[in-house]
Parts: sequence; structure tokens; C-alpha cells
Amino acid sequence: MENAMEAPRKLAKHAPPTPYQLLMRNDLPSGLFLTVLAIVTVLVPILHLVVPEGNVLHLSSYSVTLIGKYMCYALLAVAVDLIWGYCGILSLGHTAFFALGGYAMGMYLMRQIGTRGVYADPVLPDFMVFLNWKELPWFWQGMDQFWFAMIMVVFIPGLLAYVFGWLAFRSRVTGVYLSIITQALTYALLLAFFRNEMGFGGNNGLTDFKDLLGMDLKQPGVRIALFVATGVCLGFGYFACRYVVRSRFGRVVQAIRDAESRARFIGYRVENYKLWLFTFSAMLAGLAGALYVPQVGIINPGEFAPINSIEVVIWVAVGGRGTLYGAVVGAVLVNYAKTVLTDALPDVWLYALGALFVVVTLFLPKGIVGVLPDLKAKIDTLRLQRARRAR
Amino acid sequence: MSAPGLRGGIERFGNTVGRVLNRGGSAAAPRLDLSHDIILYLEGITVSFDGFRALNNLSLYVEAGELRCIIGPNGAGKTTMMDVITGKTRPDLGSAWFGQTVDLLTLTEPEIAEVGIGRKFQKPTVFSEHSVFENLELAMAGNKSVWRMLFAKMTPEQHLRIDEVLETIGLKDHRAARAGSLSHGQKQWLEIGMLLMQDPALLLVDEPVAGMTPQETERTAELLVSLAGKHSVVVVEHDMNFVRSIARTVTVLHQGSVLAEGSMEQVQNDPKVIEVYLGDGGH
Repeated sequence: MENAMEAPRKLAKHAPPTPYQLLMRNDLPSGLFLTVLAIVTVLVPILHLVVPEGNVLHLSSYSVTLIGKYMCYALLAVAVDLIWGYCGILSLGHTAFFALGGYAMGMYLMRQIGTRGVYADPVLPDFMVFLNWKELPWFWQGMDQFWFAMIMVVFIPGLLAYVFGWLAFRSRVTGVYLSIITQALTYALLLAFFRNEMGFGGNNGLTDFKDLLGMDLKQPGVRIALFVATGVCLGFGYFACRYVVRSRFGRVVQAIRDAESRARFIGYRVENYKLWLFTFSAMLAGLAGALYVPQVGIINPGEFAPINSIEVVIWVAVGGRGTLYGAVVGAVLVNYAKTVLTDALPDVWLYALGALFVVVTLFLPKGIVGVLPDLKAKIDTLRLQRARRAR
Repeated sequence: MSAPGLRGGIERFGNTVGRVLNRGGSAAAPRLDLSHDIILYLEGITVSFDGFRALNNLSLYVEAGELRCIIGPNGAGKTTMMDVITGKTRPDLGSAWFGQTVDLLTLTEPEIAEVGIGRKFQKPTVFSEHSVFENLELAMAGNKSVWRMLFAKMTPEQHLRIDEVLETIGLKDHRAARAGSLSHGQKQWLEIGMLLMQDPALLLVDEPVAGMTPQETERTAELLVSLAGKHSVVVVEHDMNFVRSIARTVTVLHQGSVLAEGSMEQVQNDPKVIEVYLGDGGH
């Protein structure tokens, strides 16, 4: 009798939490980050458009673009952290997906130029006229449609990641071997995109963009719209990643990171988990690239350079691997340092980056965002010891 | 108000997509057929590593509901045998069947886990960064496809089941503790708890009491004995007192094949066994 009464009460105690509780429980830093992001996304347009030029609070278009770039990098860093920090897959080729997303956006922007090009061909971009091509290659078809180009922005990186991941994870390639073949992947794409015959503008890449959705890219309003879109995408991307890592799927992925064969023996198809996570991450990177290109005004094969992918990994390591907000912090801080240093002492930057990586790896294994919690833990132990001594 | 509805919608969508994308998931796994009361058939299994024969024409049968202990000196092939059963190592020769219908040699590790074989490793392997509770959650039986997990929610019944297992393995007060911070013995228990959550028909338990205190060893023995009947349990162990306390049937492995089989008493009095194993100090 008593047991029969007990069961429903026990069940009630374990009532599932509401979606809001699920999303925000125990995560002050994420709440903080999303708040800051919202403020920046609202404040920057006001400071740029409303506050008159000459006022100290006015934000120049250079600064707007710079902050927009940082946000693209932050989204890329979150994508890398998702697979490296949470699943232990160290991809040293993630800018390949970033660049592919960028190229997809660039192709759309090229076709928006229309007759305003140097050769004034209504269909063919300038570089194709220059190469004496007579018609648009098949893979450029449809890229004049914004919606189609936006699908390609995530579809192409996703497809490449899926095929690559399918081959790599099914063969159980892990660790440093996987990192090396991701480097090879991005290097191979670099070489391929350098070739004029590829049809992506060779070493000049795609540039001289004019319009986006028929609106002049140089107008402040369009610049701000791009900026806001980047902020919104970063917010949603962050939120999506957060959902993923907090779902049971995310816990499985972290279990795979810590004890892969155990996960297999429990019954998880490890390669499927890695494959979908990797594909999702590549799609996010593609989105970041697509937002990046119209803001900087160019995409060329240099974006595929292996060093770029390594740099992203350094952002994540500096910020704090395995925490999504850490990736954001790392991306923004390191890139800010890069902006300042390459301006002041251009030759020093790469050495500084290398030194930073060494210092962080040796002294801050949890990255910058790990410093505060560690400090707090230390203070707590000290306090405890003192209290004990006093007694 | 609309949030639960939306979540439900997302979940249904996820499940549909999941069914399309994960064709041949759990539904395709053959069912365990125990009509002849034998749960595991190993016949003529041979495994060589660089010319060294880890298993040499090994044949072994385990009855449904049985508690079987496997002993043998180091290098006798005990762990390799477990690797073959769980799909980690493929034998050069021989066959391995789970019940009447499941050919283990054609399945991958997760598929073998899915048809109902659970394994505890020699060195306790738990997910060290997860809490004790989460470890049990991850081990829970059920559909383990990617899309299912993305939208999985804990039901109150599942929560109760985890509470029960926490009680059984004596880690109720450590449910929120990081698994990596547990003592060695507690990790062993957690791993046994994970096996319980998996609810397999056949449990392979590799050295369950290594590093345990005498009290913990005693409780482990009780637990394993209580599991037999409902599950079939195969235990590999070095601790002879422990084996004596739980074993009904003991199989002695030596140089990759079965040397003797029978009750503990029969085996202990077998001259061959005395010569190769018990004779040289008894480990």
C-alpha cells in the first residue's frame, strides 16, 4: 500500500525540467555572453548610424567591419571548439569549410555585379571573360539566386565534411593522423583554388563586389545590416551548439572523447556521432565564412592556407577549450591582439602568436576562461585551511 | 505554453529524420533465441598475433542464466576471448554464436552491445568527466541512434531506474560526483552499475574485484550471484577465494584453449590443472 503511494510521488519529484531551465541552468557565462552580444548588436548600429561623425562616441565604418569580422571568427572558433573541445577531434583544416562558405557567398556577389564589370558581360564574371570562357560553368548555375547561394553556403561545406568524415571515421582514423589529413585537405583545396581552370578566379579569388540583394554594399545601412545579421547568426549558432552539447547527444560525444571504446561497447556507433558533429561544425564554419566575405570584400585561395586553421585552434586553446564561451573569448582577444600588433610591430606577430600558444599550453591548460574558476577554488581552499587552523 | 508543443514537434521531426537516416538501427538487430538453453557458443576459435597463438582452437559453451568463472594463468587468452566475443578482435578460425541466431563474427562492437552482450573491462573504464548519474544515463538500454540522443529526454521511470541502480551499487550519495574523482573500488562498482543499466542477456566481467577491499569483494560476489539466472554471467578472475565463493562451473584456460571444466572441486583436483596453474603457487 505504502509502495503504491510512494511511486507516483517519486515520479513527480523527477518531473522533466522546462525548456528554459534546460537551456540556462548553471550557465552564467553563456548568459553573460549572449547578453553582451545582444548589447553589441544593438549598440554598434546606433553608434555608427545615429551618433554624428566627429562625436567621440561615433564608431567608424572601419571599426564596424572589424567587430563584424571578430564575430565571424568567433563563430568559426565555436565550430572548432565543438569538435575539438567536446569530441577530441583536432581538425587542423577547418578554415577550408570557412573558405568554401565564403566562396559560395562570393559567387553570389560576383553574379550580382552584372554588366558593371570591366568587360561588362551580363552573365560571365570578369575573370571568365579574361580566360576566354564562353559560357558559365555548371557549378556557377543558380548562384545568382540568393536563396540558392545561401543553401550552398552550408551545403557544400557540410557535404565535404560528410564525405571526408565518412571515410576518416569509418576507418577509425583518430588523433594526430586525423589532424594531418585535415591539413592535407585544406592544402589540397588551396592548390586547387589557385588554378585558374578551377573556375574560381585563381589566385585573385573573387572580389570587386557591388551589391547584396540589389543593395549597394558600400552604403552604411547595408554594412550595418550585415553586421546585425552576423550578430544574430553568432547568437543562434552559439545557442544551437549549446543545445547540442547539453543534449544527451552532447554527453555521448564527450564520453567518446574520454573513453571511445567504452562508448562502443555500450552500444554507441561512435563513427556516426563523430560524423554528424563534424558535419554540423563544418556547416557553421561555412556560415561564418559567408558572413565574413561581404564584410571584407574579398575571398581568395589564401583563406585555405593551413596556417589559418592552426590559428583558429590557437584561439580556442587560448580562450578555453571545451567551453563554448571560451572559444568566443579566445577568438576576439587573439584577433584584437593581432589587429594591434600587426599595426604596431608587423614582424613580431607570428612570434607573439607562437609564444602565446606555448604559454597557454604550459600555464593555462583551461585557457583564459579557466583562470577565474581556478582562482576561486584556490581562495576557497586557502579560506578552509585558515578556518581549520583558527579552530 | 507553446514551448512543450514545439519541443514535441521538434522531437517527432527528429525521430522521423532519424528513422530515415539510421536505417538498420536497432530494429534490424536479430533477436536472441535461447531455445536450446545455450547462450554462447565458441567453437574452434583461433587467434594469432604475429605468429603467437593467443587462442588455440578454443571451444566453450555457456548456458543461459549460468554464472561461469574463467580462470587461467596470465597469457592464457582470457582477455582475447572477451575481445572476440565483443567484436574487438576477429578470430582467424572458428565460429562464435550468441544463442541460436546471432553470428557474433559478423557484427560490430555497438551491434553486439545492442543484441545484449555487456562488458566490464579489466581496468575500470568509466567516463571520467561525467557525473556518476550521467555515466549510468549513458549506459541505459534503448535506441542509441544519433537523432534519438539529440532529442532524448529522461522519463521519470528512467530516473527511478537509475536511482535503483545507484542504490544497488552503493553510490547513491555520489550521484553528482565526477566519475574520475571516485576511488578505484567505486569505479569498479560504477562500471558494474553501467552494465546493469545496459541490462544485457550476457555479462562479461573481467577481474571485477581487482583492487577492492574484502568488504567490497564480498558485496560484488553477492551482486554477481544475484544477477545469475536473469542474466548469464561470465567472470574472469585471478582471486581464487572469490572464484570459490561464487562459482558453480569453472573453466580453466591454458595456452589459448580449455584445459579443464567442472565444479571448483573437480577442477582443483584435476592433475593437469594442478600442474600448470595451481601447482606453481596458485597465484
